[in-house]
Amino acid sequence: MKKKPLKERLLQGNEAVVEGSLSAGCRFFAGYPITPATEIAEQLSVRLPQVDGTFIQMEDEIASLGAVIGASLAGVKSMTATSGPGFSLMQENLGFAIIAEVPCVVVNAMRGGPSTGLPTSPSQSDVMQSRWGTHGDHPIIVLCPSTVRECFDLTIRAFNYSEKYRIPVILLIDEVVAHMREKIIIPDDEDIEIVNRVRPTMPPEWYIPYEDTPRGVPAMADFGEGYRYHVTGLTHDVRGFPTSRPDEVDPFIRRLFRKVSQNFADLQIGEHFHVDDADVAIIAYGCVARSAKRAVSDCREKGIKAGMLKLNTIWPFMRTDVEKVLRQAKVVIVPEMNMGQISREVKRVNKGEAKVFTINRVDGTIITPQEIMARIKEVY
Amino acid sequence: MAFRYDIRLSGSGGQGIILMGIILAEAIGIHDGRFVAQTQSYGPEARGGSSKAEVVVSDGEIDYPKALQLDLLVAMNQKSCDDYYMDLKPDGILVVDSTLVRQVPMSRAYRIPFTGIAREELKREMVANIVALGALAVLTPMVSARAIESAVLGRVPKGTEKLNREALKAGMRAARKTKKIRFPEAISELVDEDT
Repeated sequence: MKKKPLKERLLQGNEAVVEGSLSAGCRFFAGYPITPATEIAEQLSVRLPQVDGTFIQMEDEIASLGAVIGASLAGVKSMTATSGPGFSLMQENLGFAIIAEVPCVVVNAMRGGPSTGLPTSPSQSDVMQSRWGTHGDHPIIVLCPSTVRECFDLTIRAFNYSEKYRIPVILLIDEVVAHMREKIIIPDDEDIEIVNRVRPTMPPEWYIPYEDTPRGVPAMADFGEGYRYHVTGLTHDVRGFPTSRPDEVDPFIRRLFRKVSQNFADLQIGEHFHVDDADVAIIAYGCVARSAKRAVSDCREKGIKAGMLKLNTIWPFMRTDVEKVLRQAKVVIVPEMNMGQISREVKRVNKGEAKVFTINRVDGTIITPQEIMARIKEVY
Repeated sequence: MAFRYDIRLSGSGGQGIILMGIILAEAIGIHDGRFVAQTQSYGPEARGGSSKAEVVVSDGEIDYPKALQLDLLVAMNQKSCDDYYMDLKPDGILVVDSTLVRQVPMSRAYRIPFTGIAREELKREMVANIVALGALAVLTPMVSARAIESAVLGRVPKGTEKLNREALKAGMRAARKTKKIRFPEAISELVDEDT
C-alpha cells in the first residue's frame, strides 16, 4: 500500500481530542455544549455520522453520561465532553460507571469555578473533583495534556485505559490547551496502538459478568449479544445482583482498587525535563507545565540547575516519580491554577527531604514563566 | 536557543480577532512552515468586551504558548491599544486601526484605517480583520503574502473568496503606502537566514 503524504494541520486542543477519539475507535458521543469544551461536540456532530457513529445532543449533562454508559454497555466506545458545571452534574453517573465497570471517556475542559464561574478563562481547579467528585471509595484514572499533540495522544490512551481496565477515564484539559492551536501531524492508523475490551469467549450460560480474575478485570459482554447479565449501581456479587454480604462486598471494592493499583507502571506517565540533576524542581501539569518548561530553560541558561517533572497522569498520583524528585532536589515548586490541589499531594508524600513551595493563581489567567522564575529566585 | 516572535492581535469581541489569529497561525505554521502556537482570550459576550489572539512563532518547539514580550501588536480599537502597547519590546512594532484608534501612544506605529477601508472600499465593515491581515503580510517578514492568501481562502465561508481576496489586496496596498519604519536588525538577519 502506498503511504499517504503526511499532512500537517493547525488544530485546536479540542479538535485534537476529536481526532484522537476517532482514531481510538470512539463511535458514540452524547453531550451538552459548554465553553470551553463545545468544539469537541461541534466537530463530532459532523465527524461521527461520516464514520457510521452516533452523535446525540442531550438535554443535560446527567443524561449525557447516562447515554454514554448505555452505548458502552452495548459495545460501542463512547465519550462525552464538558466543563466544570457539567462535570458536577456528571458525578452521579460517573460513580455508576465506576461501580458497574463501564469503560468510557469523560473530557473536562477546566474553566474558573465554583459554579458557572469564569466560562472563558482557564483554571486547574477540578483536580480534586476529578479524583473525589463522585461519592464512595473508588479509584479513577485522570490524564492531563499540555500540548495539542498530547491532546491527541492522551485521548487515545484514555480510551485504551478505559477499555483495558473497565473504568471511566477523565481527560482533564484546561481552557488554554483546549483552545490553543498548534501544528500537528496525525499519525496513520497503523501507527496507533489501540486496546479493546476483552469480551467473553465462553458460552453465555457460563458467563460470570463480575468474576474476579488475577488482572481484576472481568470480560465484558456487549448487551444484546445473548450474554444476559444484570447491571446495577448497587454493590453487586459476581453475577451482577445486589448484595450486602460483607464477604462479597469487601472483595468487590478491593478488586476495583486492585485493577488500578497493580498497574501503576502502565498508568503513570510523566515527562522528565532536566529533572534528574535538578537542585530546583518544578512539578507541573497542563498549560502551566509549558510555563515551567520555559522557566527551566531560562534557569539553565543562567546556570541554575532547574528541572521539571510534568504529570501527564494526575490520578493515580505519581508518587514514585514525585518521591524521586523530592529526594534529588533541595527545593520543589508546585505552580498550579488553584489554591494548592496537587501541592497538597506533593507535601503529603514529602518525607522532609525537600522544601516544597507553591505558586497559586486563581484569577483566570495562566501562571507565567516570569512568575515561576521570581519564585525560584525567592526560595532558592 | 530557538528564536521567538510574539504577536498579539487585539480589539473587541465581534471584530474577528480570533479568526485573524487562526489565519495568521495557519499561514505561518502550515504554509510558511514554522512552529506556531496560537492562543486566545475573550469574554463571555458575543459582541463587545475585549478579545485578543496571540501567535507565537519559533523555529523550534514552543514551550510557553502565550506572548511574553511583543514583537508585533495589532490594535483594532483604542482600549486594546491603551492596554497592551506597554507590552511591546523596545523594538516591537505597533499596528493600529486608525479608524478606531484616535490616540496613538507612540510615534513608532503604523496607522492604517482598516475599518475605514473595509467600509468605504469594500462596502463590508466585517472584513476589516482581513484588510489588517493583508497589511501584516507587507509589514512583517514573519509571513508571506502567498501564505496569508492561501490561509484566508482556506478559512473563510464559501462564496466570500472574492471579497476576502480584495480585502487582502486593499490591506497590502494601504500598508505599502504607509511610511516604512526601519525593521529591527536582529529580526531582519533572522529572516535573511531562512530565505
